[in-house]
Amino acid sequence: MEVLFHNVRELVERAEREEKLISELMIEQEMLISGRTREEIIQQMDQNLTVMEEAVERGLKGVQSVTGLTGGDAVLIQNYIAQGKSLSGDLLLDAVSKAVATNEVNAAMGTICATPTAGSAGVVPGTLFAVKNKLNPTREQMIRYLFTSGAFGFVVANNASISGAAGGCQAEVGSAAGMAAAAIVEMAGGTPQQCSEAFAITLKNMLGLVCDPVAGLVEVPCVKRNAMGAANSLVAADMALAGVTSRIPCDEVIGAMYRIGQSMSPNLKETARGGLAATPTGKAISNAILNNGDLQSILKAGSAIE
Amino acid sequence: MKFTSVFDIIGPVMIGPSSSHTAGAARIGRVARDLFGRQPKWVKIHLYGSFAETYRGHGTDVAIIGGLLDFDTFDERIKTAFEHAEKAGLEYEFIPETANTEHPNTARLVFGDDEGEMSIVGISIGGGKIEVSEVNGFKLRLTGGMPAILVVHDDRAGCIANVANCLAMHNVNIGHMEVSRIERGLTALMVIEIDQNIEDKVLQQISLIPHITKVSKINN
Repeated sequence: MEVLFHNVRELVERAEREEKLISELMIEQEMLISGRTREEIIQQMDQNLTVMEEAVERGLKGVQSVTGLTGGDAVLIQNYIAQGKSLSGDLLLDAVSKAVATNEVNAAMGTICATPTAGSAGVVPGTLFAVKNKLNPTREQMIRYLFTSGAFGFVVANNASISGAAGGCQAEVGSAAGMAAAAIVEMAGGTPQQCSEAFAITLKNMLGLVCDPVAGLVEVPCVKRNAMGAANSLVAADMALAGVTSRIPCDEVIGAMYRIGQSMSPNLKETARGGLAATPTGKAISNAILNNGDLQSILKAGSAIE
Repeated sequence: MKFTSVFDIIGPVMIGPSSSHTAGAARIGRVARDLFGRQPKWVKIHLYGSFAETYRGHGTDVAIIGGLLDFDTFDERIKTAFEHAEKAGLEYEFIPETANTEHPNTARLVFGDDEGEMSIVGISIGGGKIEVSEVNGFKLRLTGGMPAILVVHDDRAGCIANVANCLAMHNVNIGHMEVSRIERGLTALMVIEIDQNIEDKVLQQISLIPHITKVSKINN
């Protein structure tokens, strides 16, 4: 199959040579592969953007998951921002709360758009709707944000993995955060090379992250991993825009992520047998959920250990 | 190249909580139904790896049943698929397995009704994307991302050419094709991924070709 880019190096080189945005190359490649028109492709992405918007709105009103394990944190963070006391900055915390909002809706079996997966669906929209308030993008630029994210995700999915079961959380939230960082850079007017640097810096700092969901649910720690993925991507985007570069090229970081995933124990790849899932409190929560036990008293006590 | 579209990455739109364990699972169920050509009356679902460990929490069970009832990944009815199954007369059983499979998210579905039965092995490879690795014991590689037709036929000379000719006559381009057989001279299976959906009349014509026993298609 003929494609415009197989890796990040080809993507950046082509973008520079043809003086095009990375989002534009993703749109052109989609047209090439699917045979659909530009309008059809943009319209579908527009619909996905609407789903993301609705999920964030719903989450910011406050939702609870089916188990009661997660929900309501997006509201807490927004209330805190409103008090004007945030230390890490309003934009960063806004991204964090909107990422959390999306994942809280996901955990409540609400409708979301996977980016690249459902468990990591908060990072890309969370950062987008926060950065939006500063950069005032057009609807078209917001749609482009998703194509830029998609271009990097496409490379990772084909050269490494975007599955927690295959590569751990680094493959899910790590990839999502890198995708978001690259998209932030393009929206802020950075170069294709800077997009690649932002992706590399982000993923480098999420390498080795395991997938250890308590009770196997996409709740703990997934929701907060999306929060930190969003924060990570904003900081990395700022670093890349400031001119900081990654000493290890982007494609090699992706390769390292793949090999780390391969050597990770199956206990740490979405089986709920290791990591946080295997802590005393993690096991107690799991036991309470799967055997209809008293989850609320464990959550209230804050620990399973007396 | 496993992921071909940007919408494999930014998408699908789906009911949470997991793209591989919920959306991918729904797609495996739906492919099974498509291949069967109708809703089965009963199904046995063998789950492996991460599917076996975490299927309840991820809604993998309701998603697969939802898929068998023809629900899409974003269909709100997935949440209450068990109730819909009862109304639709679909009996189901989940069997978590301990055997190791090549991919951690694997499901084997054995299903049927009064007129016949069938089995498939589906793999959820991440982001809601699936592959079908086995149909009725035949190994194959089917991405589920392209429209495809499956042809069960006698292992005889000329069968493959006749089917290809029929597709060519209707201007249908073949993107990928695999042929396999369980034993020489007995039953064989053709899997043909095509660039666009085809009309039922083309399938009917293929089914009239000598030595062809069954034709089904997967729409996308």
